[in-house]
Amino acid sequence: MIKFVPQLINLFATLILMLSFAMISQRRIVSLINLFAMQGAALVAASILLAYATDQPHLYVSAGLTLLLKVILIPWMLHRMIRRLNVRWDVETLINIPTTMLVGIVLVIFSFSLALPISRLSSSLAGGSLGIALACVLLAFMMMITRSKAVPQVIGFLSMENGLVFAATTVTSGMPMIVEIGIALDVLVGVLILGVFLFQIREKFDSLDIRNLESLKED
Amino acid sequence: MPTLFFVLGLPLLGGAVLALTGHRARARDINVAFSLGTFAAACLLTVQIIGHGPMLLWQDQFYIDALNVFMVTLTTFVGLTTAIFSRPYMRVEQDLGKMTPHRMRLYHSMYQLFSFTMLLALTTNNLGILWVAMEAATLTTVVLVSVYRTAASLEAAWKYFILCGVGIAQALFGTILLYMAAEKVLGPQGATLLWTGLDAIKGQLDPAIVTLAFAFLLIGYGTKIGLVPLHSWLPDAHAEGPTPVSAVLSGLLLNVAMYAVLRCKVLTDGALEGPLTGQLMMGFGLLSVVVAAFFLSRQKDVKRMFSYSSIEHMGLITFAFGMGGPVANYAGLLHMTVHSLVKSAIFFTVGHATQKAGTQFMSEIRGLIKVNPAVGWGLMLGVMAILGMPPFGVFASEFLILTTAMREQPWAAPFLFLALGVAFASVLVRVLPMVFGETTLKPLAHPPAVVPVFVHLGLALMLGLFIPPYLNTWFVEAARMLGG
Repeated sequence: MIKFVPQLINLFATLILMLSFAMISQRRIVSLINLFAMQGAALVAASILLAYATDQPHLYVSAGLTLLLKVILIPWMLHRMIRRLNVRWDVETLINIPTTMLVGIVLVIFSFSLALPISRLSSSLAGGSLGIALACVLLAFMMMITRSKAVPQVIGFLSMENGLVFAATTVTSGMPMIVEIGIALDVLVGVLILGVFLFQIREKFDSLDIRNLESLKED
Repeated sequence: MPTLFFVLGLPLLGGAVLALTGHRARARDINVAFSLGTFAAACLLTVQIIGHGPMLLWQDQFYIDALNVFMVTLTTFVGLTTAIFSRPYMRVEQDLGKMTPHRMRLYHSMYQLFSFTMLLALTTNNLGILWVAMEAATLTTVVLVSVYRTAASLEAAWKYFILCGVGIAQALFGTILLYMAAEKVLGPQGATLLWTGLDAIKGQLDPAIVTLAFAFLLIGYGTKIGLVPLHSWLPDAHAEGPTPVSAVLSGLLLNVAMYAVLRCKVLTDGALEGPLTGQLMMGFGLLSVVVAAFFLSRQKDVKRMFSYSSIEHMGLITFAFGMGGPVANYAGLLHMTVHSLVKSAIFFTVGHATQKAGTQFMSEIRGLIKVNPAVGWGLMLGVMAILGMPPFGVFASEFLILTTAMREQPWAAPFLFLALGVAFASVLVRVLPMVFGETTLKPLAHPPAVVPVFVHLGLALMLGLFIPPYLNTWFVEAARMLGG
């Protein structure tokens, strides 16, 4: 069994990256949330495998935390939010999906070339995953830039957090527990505040289109 | 019980108490009382550090030395004076109907929690917790910026959240890379994110990893410092939030972010041979000074103008620390102190002036010195101080920075002089009519708290004429620790 574990971890790492691409090109908000939950699940699977292979019990706790937060609680909150905002079936018009994908591929190549000299040094089992983690962060960043609706921006923000957690579990042997709990708490509070904002933005601007939020500019 | 317990515990308790009682009339006084308690505890802590040197607390999770204890005192002091200023200011806002009791509760509670997150970031020894506290500081200030619930404040808060959230995510990536570097030296069991632990092994950290880590950390925390080109959240957040919040954002939060960068710089310098960190910081710093100075000259909104001035000064500080060495580091620390004091004093007077005029447009604010001489003089003196006129402390620190730059980085000096000149002219041209022009403005129902303004300016004046010996030792000690 232990022989296949590194391959399995790589499989899940690839899955996480593929889900990042899927999110970039997904127009339906409700599917976007599901993709985000799936990315969280892949992250949990990778952490559990890593914990098993390297025999580090505290990674199980970290996996549990991710499961609770990124797979169950936050997707549930987001689903509830879009139902109440009545944007559940909204379809966003994305300009130029092929170009976005191409830029995404360039970002992945860039991340891998940046991470390559460092990945070789990594002592951990899945040291090669640094490139994937960095790519996930940059892809999420790009998603936040290209989207004009508020909810996808929030999901981009959360997906960036996924990439960071993936980096922390694979490249190192997991951050100290207290730090992980702190990060989780920040993310949770952040989502709650953003949720309140969404309702206020909707109330003030009658829409969740971020293009409305462009009055504060230098002239 | 260690004094630090009170420094961190009081604002946390204050946040909880005010979450329950923040809507009452007494809440303004409770807010001041908690800030006063925190300040007293910080003073006691300072005395202990001066007496006994650096200390580690609670399983090494907290570390206090010359560098952070001086920032803790500064943070709690400005926190206290801003709480005093906010009493009459928020009362007027409530009379104007901009603040409901519910919002007052949110405001007071978040004000204390914001102090807590900054103090946690300053005192923690764990770089991971430092990140968590910085992110928490972003969250609390996002709530504070959006407290008026106007379209503009929501827009500013949203931008602030998204930009700083993204920025600070980069800093987390940098922190993870640092942890990875430590793990390579110490092995998975002994790896540490404690700053003192990393400091002890910094010579053995892998240069390739640390270089990449520092790049991410500088971009991440640099977003919060407001370094150009990562600054676009800053003027919006300063202009649209309540003025006490602008004062603490400019005076304190930017300093705390700078502190985070400095801690990381010390580690990186230890691991690398070359002057990479210094060059990066000088580059970002110089760009910020120049760009901010030119944006400054085009502002119509008074709070926006002074927020660009904050970017300019933070750029100057970044540049000073980038040059490194005992003199430049000393000047950087001094500039951080006087900038905090003077900029918050300016925001106090500006806040009162905008309340009186009912607008933040500078063309509508006239003749402050006639309506309220104390506020008019406060603004005038504050502006003279921030523009680097002698004998205020800003003059001393800018003089040190500029002379060091002429000696060590002569290429940069013309840009610095040009930027400071542009800033000088454009601020003065706008402020003079605001202070001296003809006016029809009427006094407000609640007189402003002018004591904090003059205490801040008095301290800035003192730092320009004479730096007390213990403060001097403190600066020298911290400057030596920063190396370069």
